[in-house]
Amino acid sequence: MASTQTLEKIYELIAPLNKRSVELGPQTTFASDLQLDSLTVMDLVAEIEDEFDIVLPLNMLPDLETIEHVADAVEKIVNEG
Amino acid sequence: MDLLDKFDSMVALRASLPFEKADPFTVVMDEILSETEAMIDGRRTILAGTNNYMGMTFNEEAMAAAKDAIDRFGTGTTGSRSLNGTYADHKLLEATIADFYGMEHCMVFSTGYQANLGMISALGGKDDYVIIDADSHASIYDGCSMGNATIVRFKHNNVEQMERRLKRLPEDAGKLVVVEGIYSMLGDAAPLKELLEVAKKYGCMTLVDEAHSMGFCGENGRGVAEALGVEHLVDFYVGTFSKSVGTVGGFAVSNHPKFDVLRFISRPYIFTASPPPSIVASAIKAIEAIKRSGNRRAHLWENARRLHAGLKKAGFDLATPEAQSPIIAVYMPDIMLGTHFWENLLMEGVYTNMAAPPATPAGMFLMRVSINALHTPEQIDEIIKRFVITANKVGLELKPEA
Repeated sequence: MASTQTLEKIYELIAPLNKRSVELGPQTTFASDLQLDSLTVMDLVAEIEDEFDIVLPLNMLPDLETIEHVADAVEKIVNEG
Repeated sequence: MDLLDKFDSMVALRASLPFEKADPFTVVMDEILSETEAMIDGRRTILAGTNNYMGMTFNEEAMAAAKDAIDRFGTGTTGSRSLNGTYADHKLLEATIADFYGMEHCMVFSTGYQANLGMISALGGKDDYVIIDADSHASIYDGCSMGNATIVRFKHNNVEQMERRLKRLPEDAGKLVVVEGIYSMLGDAAPLKELLEVAKKYGCMTLVDEAHSMGFCGENGRGVAEALGVEHLVDFYVGTFSKSVGTVGGFAVSNHPKFDVLRFISRPYIFTASPPPSIVASAIKAIEAIKRSGNRRAHLWENARRLHAGLKKAGFDLATPEAQSPIIAVYMPDIMLGTHFWENLLMEGVYTNMAAPPATPAGMFLMRVSINALHTPEQIDEIIKRFVITANKVGLELKPEA
């Protein structure tokens, strides 16, 4: 389970893309809740990578459906790094 | 459970497009009149979307060689390169391409798609990293999916973003950077010098796909890396016969001393039949012709610049600030206007490619025009004229320069 700190950081990065003003929580999904298109997702991934100084491999993306999934993945990569 | 139900949204999208008399996905070329004209549904049509950049599809030597090869070797090899599918001409074709690139080794694949699939999936092993441009061709993405490497993606042509990602990868890991010389949808060139220099700084091997630049970029037509003088930074080139070479097939070339081992590793090379003798024979002749086609190259660039300047002056919204290739892409504001435009332009007698997601980056809709070295200046002017007529007809707003 990801820390509040990681989640907050990710909410911050998503905020400017949250055009539909969806309330953000760990269970918020990128596709159905936020309705982000693939290009926006790509930009968001790049920002998350730069924020946490990690690489989020393309192979991993299909499994990351919710904000919590991403936060968990980020922490796992940071800890392994 | 009907397995095709999951495509219902695609069916609905297709049904919602306002085509009346023609549909870009079901166009039939009834007769090919020349490299630049065809009969489509009874109309004489200028072909401005065929990728036939060097106009080699009716090259006399290539056609004669293809016919002769059928007489001597039959219609097909019925076998893999690894079994009964290697004829003398397959070896000669590989030698011809290696010579064209000034490199030691070449492998010929049955299509360009398979060349990328076969190279990237074989090179990118379990503990390796493959670093790709976000706008890469589907064959590069599919090569990544087929292999076992970790895939890292950077923003299109963004050297700085690529470097930031390379910095984060383990220093001693195997790394392959894959980029293209010209990107096929927008026709924009890559900053190969910077990209390849950074790749080398971080110890990566490099693969450059010159599918849409072979034939006319660089003094000898090897592609963008030659034009920019950075061929020494390229470990592997991938290319195709289905554009400038005027037939079908793909290849990879390299100076790597162990290159030939890939013939035993690369599944898209092994588990498919080799290209038929007629295709191999015509590819040899076309590549030889491309080598001595300096004038044709020059004329192609004149055509590209003429088309770009004409469309720009008329007020179309173009994807590149100048002609960076013979691909000139025109932005359409939305899918409805785009489909109307495409259809009406076809009725005016100009065939272009309607390009839509997922083939295009960033959800763009494009009229993608690609021209070739055998278009006359008059044909280029006709294309421009009919673009303007069509824009007026469908209500596409033009913004001519003041």
